Amino acid sequence: MHKTPLDATHRALGARMIPFAGWEMPVQYARIVEEHRAVRTAAGLFDLSHMGELWVRGPGAASALDHALVTAPSRLKPGRAHYAMICAADGSVIDDLIVYRIADEEFLVVANASNREAVAAELGERLTGHAAALDDASLRTALVAIQGPRSRELLQAHCSVDLEPLKYYGILSAEVCKRPALVARTGYTGEDGFEIYLAWDDAERIWNHLLKEGSAAGLIPCGLGARDTLRLEAGMPLYGQELDRETTPFEAGLGRVVKLDKPNDFTGRSALERAATGAAKQLVGLRITGRGIARTGYPVYLPAAAEAVGRVTSGTSSPSLGHAIAMAYVPPEHAVEGTALEVGIRNDRAAAVVVPLPFYRRPS
Amino acid sequence: MSYPDELKYSNEHEWIRVEGKIGTVGITAFAAEQVGDIVFVELPSVGDTLTATQAFGVIESVKAVSELFAPVSGTVVEVNDILGDAPETIASEPYGDGWLVKVELSDPSEVDALMDSGAYEEMIDAA
Repeated sequence: MHKTPLDATHRALGARMIPFAGWEMPVQYARIVEEHRAVRTAAGLFDLSHMGELWVRGPGAASALDHALVTAPSRLKPGRAHYAMICAADGSVIDDLIVYRIADEEFLVVANASNREAVAAELGERLTGHAAALDDASLRTALVAIQGPRSRELLQAHCSVDLEPLKYYGILSAEVCKRPALVARTGYTGEDGFEIYLAWDDAERIWNHLLKEGSAAGLIPCGLGARDTLRLEAGMPLYGQELDRETTPFEAGLGRVVKLDKPNDFTGRSALERAATGAAKQLVGLRITGRGIARTGYPVYLPAAAEAVGRVTSGTSSPSLGHAIAMAYVPPEHAVEGTALEVGIRNDRAAAVVVPLPFYRRPS
Repeated sequence: MSYPDELKYSNEHEWIRVEGKIGTVGITAFAAEQVGDIVFVELPSVGDTLTATQAFGVIESVKAVSELFAPVSGTVVEVNDILGDAPETIASEPYGDGWLVKVELSDPSEVDALMDSGAYEEMIDAA
């Protein structure tokens, strides 16, 4: 089991640690709902050092990634990023990724911890024949995220570069607490926020510094529990739940990510061209209007029907909205906003209605 | 955390207060803290039968679903209605207004097999 560089720090903060994707990770420090609210109203600090950081470098890096991924990284300007996926030949999702272009010939591909090895293996293979090299820096790169409406002012106090001009999905080099870092305006919470890529051994200093200086403004450490409720409210997919090897990006409502207009071939292209014309299932948001909380794997029915037509991928009691929400796959004909459905919760059925995603949008 | 002396405890972290043939059942402060933010509870109905050590309901946090296990066997005679709207009461007053169900015991000797507060506290400390 891997430990992040903040393992001892989390334990000293009283975190409850759980095994997650081969890592020991903090699921919560205090109450998940409190951590969730801190991110919605002030700021939260996350240790995401389990994520996979894969560098792709070389004169052929951009074109190699255009062939390897469903997006067109060659169209990114240095200092910009996009959400991407790596798909199999059958069009299913191997992982969802963030691709940052750091320089003309240098990209940082961030993968889920659970898929890091699979992505590294696939990328390694797909780069063959291109003038590009893969470097898996995951076990020497720490990642600390600060998320929430106060995150910019809190990070700015310790950052050598003005963060105001850094746009959403931008990335820049800076010193954070006098240590070299890559600071990206990205996140997985539905709030403004930053992800800070650091050397492994600098994580503790920066974490402790940010937390100490930010606590008066409401900054608290947040675990994977709050990360999950935050991303779910924001309608963001989680690999293994909304995305997997049985699902295409189009079914997940993420067809816009697939750049079928790019000129080159890429792995999964022909399957994805077919998938673009009609999906067998569609991801929907559900508001549970009946009693209970829909959870991963629970069946979805048409009202009073005996046979399930779909299944829940993620569900919780939404701390921001005060009612139960879920994401589920259903046939496209039942995915229309306002459709009445039911979720099987143990021996009962709870009424649900299809609602647009995201469930929560931050006040602008 | 407190574990009142007048209660008996199961190794699944339920407590029972016995008055005559009626036992009031709840979960311990330790269990409530382990579950975390309690947002939903599902309990049996009056007249349902509980069997010792068997699941009789669920308690849910934002994160997870946990089963409730009956400390004794019996018939449900009352259900704590306030928990539908205020499930967080289980955590704030685990031994008071946060009780779950009252049962008429079918085999009062089952209570003797449960732990007293000292033994329960030892079990938690050892965990």
